[in-house]
Amino acid sequence: MTHDTTGEAAPITSADVGDAARLVAFGLQPKLLPARDAEYADLIRRHREDPRFAALAAAVAAGLGLVVLEVSPRAGMAVTAGEDSVFAVRMGDYARRAGTESADRFLHGLAHLAVAVMAFPRPEDLADDAYVGRLSVHGVDAFVRQACLRLEERVEQRGEISDPEVDGPGLEAAWRVYARRSATGATKDARRLAASTIGIVAKAVAFLVDSGFLQRVSDDAGGTYRTTARYQLQVRDTAGSAAMSELLDLGVVAVTDGSPSLLAATTDGGELAPGAGLPFHGV
Amino acid sequence: MTVPVRAGLPGEVPPTPGPALPPGAAHPRSGVTEEGLARRLKALACTAPLHDLEARKANLAGEYTVYAMAELGLTAIDLVTVTMDFDTGADHDEIVARLRPRVAAQAPGRDPGEYERVARWVLENLINVGSVDRGFRAVYGMWTREGEYIRRDYDFKLLEEVPGPDGHIFLRATDEAINVLVGALDTDVTSAQIAADVKLEHLIRRGRLAEARFAAEQARYRTVQYAESLRRALDATRRNVRAVDWLQAVPDLIDEAFEHVADRYRHENAILINIRRARDEAEESERKRGAAELVDIVQDCIRRHTQLQTRLMEAGPLFRAEQDRQAFAAPGTRTGLDLYGQLLRPLLELPVGDARRVTDRFFAAGTGLRTPVAVRLHDLTEMLLTPPAPRDHLGAELPEPDVSLTPDDSRYTESQHDAAALLLDIPPQTPRRLSGLLAEAREADPDLGYLVALLAFHAASPPVGTALRQGDRTLLVAVDDGTELDDPEVGGADLIIGTAVLAGARPEPERPTPA
Repeated sequence: MTHDTTGEAAPITSADVGDAARLVAFGLQPKLLPARDAEYADLIRRHREDPRFAALAAAVAAGLGLVVLEVSPRAGMAVTAGEDSVFAVRMGDYARRAGTESADRFLHGLAHLAVAVMAFPRPEDLADDAYVGRLSVHGVDAFVRQACLRLEERVEQRGEISDPEVDGPGLEAAWRVYARRSATGATKDARRLAASTIGIVAKAVAFLVDSGFLQRVSDDAGGTYRTTARYQLQVRDTAGSAAMSELLDLGVVAVTDGSPSLLAATTDGGELAPGAGLPFHGV
Repeated sequence: MTVPVRAGLPGEVPPTPGPALPPGAAHPRSGVTEEGLARRLKALACTAPLHDLEARKANLAGEYTVYAMAELGLTAIDLVTVTMDFDTGADHDEIVARLRPRVAAQAPGRDPGEYERVARWVLENLINVGSVDRGFRAVYGMWTREGEYIRRDYDFKLLEEVPGPDGHIFLRATDEAINVLVGALDTDVTSAQIAADVKLEHLIRRGRLAEARFAAEQARYRTVQYAESLRRALDATRRNVRAVDWLQAVPDLIDEAFEHVADRYRHENAILINIRRARDEAEESERKRGAAELVDIVQDCIRRHTQLQTRLMEAGPLFRAEQDRQAFAAPGTRTGLDLYGQLLRPLLELPVGDARRVTDRFFAAGTGLRTPVAVRLHDLTEMLLTPPAPRDHLGAELPEPDVSLTPDDSRYTESQHDAAALLLDIPPQTPRRLSGLLAEAREADPDLGYLVALLAFHAASPPVGTALRQGDRTLLVAVDDGTELDDPEVGGADLIIGTAVLAGARPEPERPTPA
């Protein structure tokens, strides 16, 4: 019945399909915001007001192998690449060494995760649409190093040996790979040492800027950035859950009560209970 | 008990409960544990880069064996440790500059550039610039409790490059390096400090200044270590209050450090009074100088304590301010994924092989999209087939080059060369003597003789290979038969000059060459 009524209202024309595709094309330019482009803003408005147009745009996106995260004036047509889409980023294209070197591949992936953690340190930050995260390259590196240091201390307290076996490089604890890579290094041409952790984080951040996920604020602390609505959507709806399901496949379940592990919960009157929710000591 | 108790024979391994240890494993009852052995092996490994410097200096291009590289290496670590501050570390260039005098002293009178190279080589090798991790790796083996022998990698750094607040790169000595340096491997910081103090006082009383100085320097390294642990705790607090145990660990550290500072003040002021007296009363200039240096060192120690004390006093307010700042945030209505607690922290504990699967997924889903650069065949063919557009503007007119003629400085003119060539065009059957040719040449032109002589000498060693390659039919050849040349202008042998027909050359059809 509904099909008939909509059909009577106005038949879909090729111009409508063209407009829907145009909206998706805007979505493929992640740095472009509806606030900056009148035509884009018009299409976003039409998407909100005309459900048939919205369905059309969704169909075009799906046909291209894109996943629509959100269509709104703040984020624009936020689309991301499906897993086998031509728009997906391959690790081998991203960093040449990462294609062959297992440790480098891990470090590049970890850098992206660490940037997301620093951008949205508490669960609320990820959930709150109005939250704008702020992070710096040096901050991300220092943060991961600190986490690695705590894990190392913990291993030592338990009297375990973290040094990996000589013939089992894949069995080395992940934190150790990060900890032993040098943070930075002097190069002959005064550029960042690409293989250092700061170099790897800087690469990740620069890439995310190109993806329209971060915006550069200043050059402080190796470059300071703030997040965009798109990044929040990407981490919340896609990346976080994908990585979580992979972790669950590995049989690792981190049980939390929903309270943040990184910062103080504001409800407990500021009294720190030893070992309760402390990110490094409490684990 | 019905089972008779057997007395242990000498040399017999007493029966042990649980799995039998393999022969060669350090027995727990012998007082040497596998852990202790591993700790000492690691300590030993930390010195390996220094030995390595000595071993590899012979392979360097140049005469570098005269330099004591291990000494330079230790000095470099020393310099970095002493320069290390609360906020920064040591600058590369500064360390090289301060290392250079010692390098120069080891091989006086050499090129200053070489000193610089040596100093830089030592520093770069201590950082291990060539490796990806910029660190060192040693392999050690140990028995597990289950009786399995496992070889493990031990990774360590001696000098570490860290980013400074202004983007500059600084060097810091690692704990391993400080341990190697002070020679007190695997000891407790506090007790070593007390021991150093006692030793220092004792030495000064006995007037052993050189040793007192050594002890004072050691005390200073310990102080730096204290400051370093505090700096780390404060840094972590600034990032995240909850990352640091402010209930026990940090207050304990601060108390301990305060006590330490107060204690050191008392000690060092006493030492200072003692040495000043020693300095003023000393008769020998050497001893006087030693005491004066010691005063400097102790004053530096005191300066460091003041710095440490200031930081200690700031620590409490910093914690409160950070707690306010970080805790002051409205709780969210929804809770989402806890990226750190649920994802990053469990991930870091996994073996890297498994962790990589998770980071790969995060990377694939978290990097967004890239529009691929696609080439359309239509565009490509059109681009390739389009003739280059005629240029309307050829650019600015080039100025006429101002060419100045170089004077013709060749000794012989073109016509003279032709004349000489004509003269030397000798038929193959009739070789001629050089003397005859010279006489004939001088008849035509007095200068020509010398040119002919030169060409004749050239023919004494004819370029046969070149001639064959070029396909020449004939070649001018000069042979010395022992006759001496009697000539006012040139001396030597009176060469016989003739034209040789090359066997490989094809004879010309019009004028067949006689065999």
